[in-house]
Amino acid sequence: MFSTAIIVFREVLEAAIIIGIVSAATRDVRGRKLWLTAGVILGLLGSGLVAASTGLIASLASGVGQELFNAGVLGIAVLMLAWHNVWMASHGAQLAISARNVGASIREGRSECSILLVVVGLAVLREGSETVLFLYGISASAASGANGMLFGGLLGTLAGIAVGYTLYAGLLRIPMRWFFAATGVLVMLLAAGMASSAAHFLIQADVLPSLASPLWDTSAQLSEHSVLGMLLHSLIGYDASPAGMQVVFYITVLALISLGMQWAAKPQKSI
Amino acid sequence: MKKLLLLTLLLPLNVLAVESDYVLVIKDHQFQPAELNVPAGKKIKIVIENRDTSPEEFESHSLNREKLIAANGSVSIYIGPLTVGRYPFYGEFNEATAQGVIVAK
Repeated sequence: MFSTAIIVFREVLEAAIIIGIVSAATRDVRGRKLWLTAGVILGLLGSGLVAASTGLIASLASGVGQELFNAGVLGIAVLMLAWHNVWMASHGAQLAISARNVGASIREGRSECSILLVVVGLAVLREGSETVLFLYGISASAASGANGMLFGGLLGTLAGIAVGYTLYAGLLRIPMRWFFAATGVLVMLLAAGMASSAAHFLIQADVLPSLASPLWDTSAQLSEHSVLGMLLHSLIGYDASPAGMQVVFYITVLALISLGMQWAAKPQKSI
Repeated sequence: MKKLLLLTLLLPLNVLAVESDYVLVIKDHQFQPAELNVPAGKKIKIVIENRDTSPEEFESHSLNREKLIAANGSVSIYIGPLTVGRYPFYGEFNEATAQGVIVAK
């Protein structure tokens, strides 16, 4: 039961952290809760669908369809998060003046809602489909202790949601002056971590060379499977033994988003 | 990011082709063979066949690999080039019985 709880916790945690950060970053968007809920529901429906077609997806592209699918999903999320940050930066001048104006200007941004929907939906889709398969496998085998394991799954889900919510509530306590800078950095690291994961999938599918595998190995110091390792993996994309290509992707995305944010902030300053 | 992704489209896949395939079979939540010998210093393709009626997830911390295999499904996974050593793996959904190790020589 306990191991089930941990497996499910790991999956739920990633989605919960993404949802926590993104919903904090869009705190002033009107109708945000509706879009958020829609994203979660669509993601859950989607994960059922993906789980049901695992065999089909896996058999595509001569056995590496799963990797290409995951990399694609991650790529879209990275683009969405990057766009969110650049858009927020273009309102940097207002951010500095007053929090209220910021709220007003964000409310005008209808596109923020669709970003919220897509990012949350994809996060739930990706992590959810694996959880669905896992829990399905348990109930299908109907072995002794299946109930305990399902209970473990429930426990893991609740624990994951609790961490996501704690992060969200904590972020909301950051003073308005620093709030957007803080969430901006978190969103950027989230996107870079996702880009690194996408590279990992593409290497596993043999679409990209690994460059160095691994570039370093810190699994003895901080395992990705420890609680802290899991948290850092979800938050900033920590990988205990990354391939060189993953690091290239990580740094490239960080650099591109920062450049985009600087570029977007400029015209505002001259006004 | 976009540019990088576009660049990857230019990579001819056959250049990265690997020389030989290795097969792992999952049956009754166990890997066969439980110990797989592979050459070190080479990229390797492993085909994993799941002959059980429930899904399984191939997972290895030391190889940094994680992959779902549907019930009665088959997937390919690329690893390496590896340095000489032992790389344990397991089936995450049936960790008690699904254990194995890849030995790079």
